[in-house]
Amino acid sequence: MTSTTSTLTPPDGAGRTGPDEAATGAGIAALIAEAPVPQPTLAKTFGAMMAREFRVLRRNSISTFMRAVMQPLLFVFVFTYVMPKIGGGFMFGGAAAAGASAVNFATILVPGLMASMLLMQGIMAVTFPLVMEFSWQRTIEDRALAPVPIHVLGVQKISAGAVQSFLGALIVFPIVLVVHAAGQAPHVHVTNWALLVLILATASLLTSALGLLLGTVMDPRKMQMVFAAILLPATMLGCVYYPWSAMHQIRWLQMLILINPMVYMSEGLRAVLTPGVGHMPMWAILTVLLGGTAIFGYLGTRTFTRRVLN
Amino acid sequence: MTDSATRARQVAGTAPEAGPGAGTAIRTEDLRKTYKTSRGDVPAVRGIDLNVPSGELFGLLGPNGAGKSTTIGMLTTLVLPTGGRAWVAGIDVVADPVGVKRRIGVVTQNNTLDMQLTVAENLEFRSRFFGLGPREAARRAAQLIDAFGLGDRRKAMATDLSGGQARRLLIARALVHRPEVLFLDEPTAGLDPQTRVNLWDILRVLHDQGQSILLTTHYMEEAEALCDQIAVVDHGEVLASGTVDELKEGTRADTVITVRYEGAVPDGLVAETGLEGRPGVGKVETDHDRIRVFASEPDGVLGELVAAGSRAGLTVLDAAQLRPSLETVFLNLTGREYRE
Repeated sequence: MTSTTSTLTPPDGAGRTGPDEAATGAGIAALIAEAPVPQPTLAKTFGAMMAREFRVLRRNSISTFMRAVMQPLLFVFVFTYVMPKIGGGFMFGGAAAAGASAVNFATILVPGLMASMLLMQGIMAVTFPLVMEFSWQRTIEDRALAPVPIHVLGVQKISAGAVQSFLGALIVFPIVLVVHAAGQAPHVHVTNWALLVLILATASLLTSALGLLLGTVMDPRKMQMVFAAILLPATMLGCVYYPWSAMHQIRWLQMLILINPMVYMSEGLRAVLTPGVGHMPMWAILTVLLGGTAIFGYLGTRTFTRRVLN
Repeated sequence: MTDSATRARQVAGTAPEAGPGAGTAIRTEDLRKTYKTSRGDVPAVRGIDLNVPSGELFGLLGPNGAGKSTTIGMLTTLVLPTGGRAWVAGIDVVADPVGVKRRIGVVTQNNTLDMQLTVAENLEFRSRFFGLGPREAARRAAQLIDAFGLGDRRKAMATDLSGGQARRLLIARALVHRPEVLFLDEPTAGLDPQTRVNLWDILRVLHDQGQSILLTTHYMEEAEALCDQIAVVDHGEVLASGTVDELKEGTRADTVITVRYEGAVPDGLVAETGLEGRPGVGKVETDHDRIRVFASEPDGVLGELVAAGSRAGLTVLDAAQLRPSLETVFLNLTGREYRE
């Protein structure tokens, strides 16, 4: 029971208001009478919402790509190309990298930068669009009226953000493998592909769940605080630029940063990508990544539901 | 079984259980909403009872801040009631919000189009949210675009539409899944008169097709021109409801004659006019520099007020005679002028 374009007639009011301004009375009537019967299911609606995210992502692909590439590119360029060239390159070794011989900085940097990208992309993909959707026009109501429970919409936002976060982390690979000075190539070796995918997936979900929570609890007028109070400390104290084991010389800080989920992302990736560098035990990493995803996911969808429903 | 009832079963997969709201498009019982704020509880809706039969175009008329949007928010499941109950298409809005969302189309007061998408994509993805496949959704979008006169804006981003175009797209988007009940929250607010009349035509076509519609508006002429039944709302309460004629009859709406003078109305001026107690004159109100007379027989009243002012040395700045209308109904119900 579908209508066809042949049932449409020229606009009734075309003479009065012009073709652009006139609606087709008969056309509208036909559309109502012959509309297809919708059969929404949770899976179909969820899939359609994800398809919408990918359409937008594709449309904004250049700006998204630039956003994802610039940070790791510049970082790798400065620390693994410029610094070694001007004599400022440095190595981790001996006591700093427990049990490992001297390790160049690029090797330390690969998992750290990937973790940094996971966090950055996860929050950028979820928090900032959400703040706009909750602004005075409340465009969130567009999807809130879709035939699914509101918390499912929150889960969908986490899923879409996680995909962007995952892809953002992968971008680091080609950059670090290509951009470096002679002799500064990172030594990366995937020890367990399944574990790598698991860590990337859980870390992506964790960061976008955190993004959902932040986007629903933060005052939109104070969003710059996200950078100052969350992204910056999380990155600088997230074992991006050094392995956690190397922090044993500053014991209090080593313990303090355990509250930072990013530490577990960096260390998890370090464990599967750079086995020559000391890292945390895998059980601790997976416990925090899975537990953090569950906690942030629960809190995020809860606050999201409260914000959508007045 | 009516077509809309059949459709209700098709959409839901199962028939809504026969309950207090069965058989009506919208029903509410003592529906309430109180917002908790830092300054204490703020009641927005204070116990509204509505009963809107299927196929009716029902208007909620009231000034800004009357509680119309909060009421529509509760009926469309986006605002949680703090008291009372409501059913849309026979389904309890709190117990089964997803069931309600399957059956309604909503045109929000703000422009809630997806600004990241084009005109066509806004319609396609809304169709897909309601279970249509990508091909069928694209076909449906094309039909709606043509029917709503947006053909040349098909590929335009939603951000690039004029106010009238955006409003038409919002209505088209609300209709993609052929909802049983269409909610329109202030659909013509802020639009130019020509676009407003154009949208009225669309709503009339929808209504002629048997579409159940609940419309909120603060434009009296809009409610009067479009609605079968109207509920006059103010301060979160329904003051009166019925057809326009019933409202005029029920409130015995009089013609309202208002004269505003250059200075304050002196004591004794009203008595001098001899209007108080005169047959066909309901009441006479004085408010600083103006006199307002409610009269079922208004002939000569305006002349009396102008002449009395002249005798008292007062210049007349404004004079108005409002025949019985929704505006005079509102005046009669609340004792104050309608504030938009």
